[in-house]
Amino acid sequence: MEIRQVGIIAGKEFWDRIRNRWVLAVALVFTVFALVIAYFGGAQQGTVGFRSIEFTIASLVSLVIYLIPLIALVLGFDAIVGERERGSLDLLLSMPITRFELLLGKYLGLAAALAFSTLAGFGLVAVVLSTQLSLNALFHYFGFMLSSVLLGMAFLSLAVMLSVFASDRTRASGLAIALWFFFVLVFDLLLLGALVVTGGQYGGEIFPYLLLLNPADVFRILNIFSLEEVRTLYGLATVFPGRLAEPWLLTLVMLAWIAAPLGIAAWRFRK
Amino acid sequence: MASIIPAPAESLVSVQGVHKRYGAVHAVDGVDLEVRPGELFGLIGHNGAGKTTLFKMMLGLIPLSAGDIQVAGARVGEGGFRAARRRIGYLPENVVLYDNLTGLETLQFFARLKAAPLNECAGLLEKVGLGPAARRRVREYSKGMRQRLGFAQALLGRPKLLFLDEPTNGLDPEAIREFYAILRGLREEGVTMILTSHILAEIQERVDRLAIMTAGRIRALGTVQALREEMSLPLWIEIRPGSGGLERVRALLEGLGVPQVEERGDELILRCPRSMKMAVLEALTASNVEVLDVHIREPSLEDVFFGFSDLEAGHGN
Repeated sequence: MEIRQVGIIAGKEFWDRIRNRWVLAVALVFTVFALVIAYFGGAQQGTVGFRSIEFTIASLVSLVIYLIPLIALVLGFDAIVGERERGSLDLLLSMPITRFELLLGKYLGLAAALAFSTLAGFGLVAVVLSTQLSLNALFHYFGFMLSSVLLGMAFLSLAVMLSVFASDRTRASGLAIALWFFFVLVFDLLLLGALVVTGGQYGGEIFPYLLLLNPADVFRILNIFSLEEVRTLYGLATVFPGRLAEPWLLTLVMLAWIAAPLGIAAWRFRK
Repeated sequence: MASIIPAPAESLVSVQGVHKRYGAVHAVDGVDLEVRPGELFGLIGHNGAGKTTLFKMMLGLIPLSAGDIQVAGARVGEGGFRAARRRIGYLPENVVLYDNLTGLETLQFFARLKAAPLNECAGLLEKVGLGPAARRRVREYSKGMRQRLGFAQALLGRPKLLFLDEPTNGLDPEAIREFYAILRGLREEGVTMILTSHILAEIQERVDRLAIMTAGRIRALGTVQALREEMSLPLWIEIRPGSGGLERVRALLEGLGVPQVEERGDELILRCPRSMKMAVLEALTASNVEVLDVHIREPSLEDVFFGFSDLEAGHGN
């Protein structure tokens, strides 16, 4: 593998997103949402203004879990199928570049754009709030930012995978929406349904492991379990065993969620 | 297959027993082809004849179902092919580039991928006549300008082998002339070129050799003249008699047994075997019918091409 070739493709993808102001737009969305949630998140409880980092992060997690997968899927769904459909893929592949280098370059360039928007968008909020936050709170917020980046990477990896499999852009966009529905809305309902139907008698032990099959859930666990106050508040401690809630373990699971779809995409795209 | 010129010992492109199947469809059906260094080689055929599929296999874009292809000393698809690709230029049919980049940025992107010097780009844009548009976005380019940019892209890194798929698509006559002038220059530098075109008349004056492809096979291979002779295609003779002479000439020709005589305006157009040409002319001179003009037309590449296609259809039935 020639890293140089990967870098050239990644560079083009990244600068394309900078130039068309995609990065700026997404960063602004994150900043605005984070600020609104930080200041008005407690409005229902009758308080306005920044309360605590725990509540802010918990609210942000609920938002980000919908938003980031959607943004990542929209960003990546046409990475390969778009080039193929427009007719520019053959020319690219006639260059001294392997299919794997092209795929990896595309992924890394898009991932860099998404990571940059996420870190810039939420980072700006951290700077604004920095005077009101303790070092410990900043540490948690930093963890939230990193896990958001990982969540984006995982869904971007899924998006690139389906862009390799799909025969045209329309199908790819449909699949992207279906993936979003499945992981963000349907998956938890299915688990919950299974628990209810079985009266909680079966599957209770494997339930936490099943949650690891969804990167969105891994993200939720990563953030919520790192906050003592939120954990007790949501009464989740009884559901999820502490030994699975190790941040390093969950991070590994997330990395697997990034690597596996990309690996499958590379296998499929090799032909 | 009619092989008129024996395969050269050393060739830059060597295609041997290549097949490509898509399910039941045999897109390329046992093609052998050798292209020599420095040659300008034409590949013609109907849409769906398998030209573009063959092109893509030579470039390693799609895998072969069977056979072997060597390009610039490397077997297509193997490790050494990456190095060969740096010396190959490719202009795809209906080239698609990136709308959001300028002409110069487009070339710079591909130059980086090919490890070609970036300072080559501006010169190449000048060469294809896009100098003034270098800093405009491709979005604003006309079809012809995109085609020129695609051509400039193919010339990056001073390739020694060029694959040009319908290169003059979308170009106006002036641009086509300039395009072939560039090809002539490249040929003098020893660049080997393989091109396809559906404008057969355009190719026939310009290629050294050509192959005619129908239904996934190469039916004929050689110089245009050699193919004409091999086909022994009939000639066209156009005769314009003086007023009132039309019927007399027609009777004369029918007397000679000319198989096909058509009337078009004040002209008679006949299609006859080459062997009959002199007999027709002598009979015209001997009769004292007034003849204003006679025009003899050699079979064109179109005729050769359709001649082979007809043969093919005949075999198929």
